Amino acid sequence: MSDLDLGALLDDPETSVIVCCGAGGVGKTTTAAALALHAAERGRHVVVLTIDPARRLAQALGLEELDNTPRPVASVDTSAGGSLDAMMLDMKRTFDEVVLTHADPETAQQILDNSIYQALSSSFAGTQEYMAMERLGQLRHQADAEGTWDLIVVDTPPSRSALDFLDAPTRLGSFLDGRFIRLISAPARAGGRVGARALGVGMSLAAATIGKLLGKQFMLDVSTFVAAMDTVFGGFRARADETYALLQAPGTRFVVVAAPERDALREAGYFVQRLARDQMPLAGLVLNRVAVSRARISADRARDAAEALEEAGDRHTAAVLRVHADHAEVAARHRRLIRDTAAAYPRLATVQVPLAGADIADLPALRDVAAALTTP
Amino acid sequence: MAWHGTAGAPRLHIVTGKGGTGKTTVAAALATALAGEGRRVLLVETEERQGISQVLDVAPLGTEETEVATGLDGGAVWGLSIEAGAALVEYLRLFYRLGMAGDLLQKMGAIEFATTIAPGVRDVLIGGKIYESVRRTTAGRAPGARRGRDPDAPPAYDAVVLDAPPTGRIGRFLDVTGQLADLAKVGPIRNQADAIRGLLHSGTTVVHVVTLLEQLPVQETLDAVRDLAADGLRIGAIVVNQARDDSVRSTVDVVATQEPDPARMGPQLESVGIRTTPAMLEGLALTAAEAVERRDLELSLEDAVAGAGRPVLTLPHLPEGVGPDAVWRLAAELADQGVRP
Repeated sequence: MSDLDLGALLDDPETSVIVCCGAGGVGKTTTAAALALHAAERGRHVVVLTIDPARRLAQALGLEELDNTPRPVASVDTSAGGSLDAMMLDMKRTFDEVVLTHADPETAQQILDNSIYQALSSSFAGTQEYMAMERLGQLRHQADAEGTWDLIVVDTPPSRSALDFLDAPTRLGSFLDGRFIRLISAPARAGGRVGARALGVGMSLAAATIGKLLGKQFMLDVSTFVAAMDTVFGGFRARADETYALLQAPGTRFVVVAAPERDALREAGYFVQRLARDQMPLAGLVLNRVAVSRARISADRARDAAEALEEAGDRHTAAVLRVHADHAEVAARHRRLIRDTAAAYPRLATVQVPLAGADIADLPALRDVAAALTTP
Repeated sequence: MAWHGTAGAPRLHIVTGKGGTGKTTVAAALATALAGEGRRVLLVETEERQGISQVLDVAPLGTEETEVATGLDGGAVWGLSIEAGAALVEYLRLFYRLGMAGDLLQKMGAIEFATTIAPGVRDVLIGGKIYESVRRTTAGRAPGARRGRDPDAPPAYDAVVLDAPPTGRIGRFLDVTGQLADLAKVGPIRNQADAIRGLLHSGTTVVHVVTLLEQLPVQETLDAVRDLAADGLRIGAIVVNQARDDSVRSTVDVVATQEPDPARMGPQLESVGIRTTPAMLEGLALTAAEAVERRDLELSLEDAVAGAGRPVLTLPHLPEGVGPDAVWRLAAELADQGVRP
């Protein structure tokens, strides 16, 4: 396993998009924020898109509310000429904006009022993933057009599976382009009867059954929704393909984040494989919260010594040794897990971030994380 | 007070918690603890993660119930992975006598359509399957046995334990009718949603929340307890998972009695044969200080958890990871803390 040099990656002007991904709860958002801060203080113009930051991290970035607009982060050291903007994804508003930008006002309103749209935009499994990628695309366009940013760092949603965000655009796209949804919305598109006649027997049975289950109004809503969306997008799939292509573009790099726990590492392994299969450019693996022994005494040795000290009546020093022994054991376990991962993915570059005590609550704490991240 | 902290005799145990807190392991341990002599407990997962089969080290679960483990006192734990599409096909077969048409719907993409267009529909289908497994009796399952159903027949499962979606999604998952409000105002889906809502809000159901003694999981746990209770659900126990054992805690208590002083520790360590360096002594002092800081944080989080006013169950951290043995060990731990069928 080689060393992952994130410092060099962030300094490289060719690097324009960094996507941080991994299972939930491994410190993805913190990693994204720390990388963005580091790059900004090294002179780059950076925007970081966070998905669902912990309260205190959000405060550290000055993100008091969900407002979908990048805003400058205060107290960033701009002496190198860089800048940092941060934003939190509002998936419903992103979806609304997509509709409003592409539809005439009347159609847009029709879509926004549709109950199917409302359900889809606020809770469709995958909408958050899709909108994160959509927002990334928008930021990229804005960066290209206005020269606002030369580096975009994105966090990915805490999905059920870490891979969901890669599939979401295609899933939503293929869902809206699906055979069934096309056919049941055919009458609305064709202006009524003509389309209905075109349905095969099997399909009308299917439509009737689902209709019976969900109700007529529901089916009507679906059909108007799809018809309205159709005029707007000329197919979701095309849009999804565009987003997907951006992820494969030169200048994009993926950073997989994991903690030294079996499940998180397994998930990271799936991710590495999947990125390779999809030809997505992987920079490497960040191992967060790695316990590191701070004194060169093995756990066994420390326990033996503690026992001797207890007999001698030095209870306090004995207790310090026992605490060290427990910590050294955790550190040894982390080392083993990391070694196993290294053996399984010999070409994977990695960097380790030591276990820190408290939550990240301010920029100095974030700088510490960044320093660990960029020290291979 | 009963271990679950409610007055009734709940049979549906919903286990939620922030992602990464070990919800699935706790659900498996709870099911094992509840599977006392001669009892049958169904352990259910809903997100097709195959978490149960991984934890119990059995073949991946399908949509058929299969026996997956032996209970603590010789009962049986059965496992089921509910998948919305399969639940819909089964539902249509039962209620519309569709037979082959189910396959046709599948082919046409209709099942995918119905289960993805609105997550509400998906949750109602999953909820419906849970509802059915809680209500099923040994006399048979609906609707084949509908007419001849014996109302006094004992339930097919003495308890159903649900490895539920995490705290971030649990409110929406359990609010089956709210989600459907604008989508399906009438019709069989609506009726089913109402029936599920009735079950979830009855004394048959309790929601347990799993947490770690860390800031974010505790915060999410307290938020979930408050929100779910406000929705009229019964909150059971808060399970503090992966807790350090008491001997570690008391060692740290000793460490906290004074500042680690390298000048004093050095000679003491040398006296028991450890060759010290300044860096080593500094490292030990730092490790000690961090352990004390960590203990103080845990103490304040324990207070916060206790402040929720629910029974607290505490499970130990198992450094070597989870597997069937670990599940048994945790089940025994739960039983020691009063968890009874």
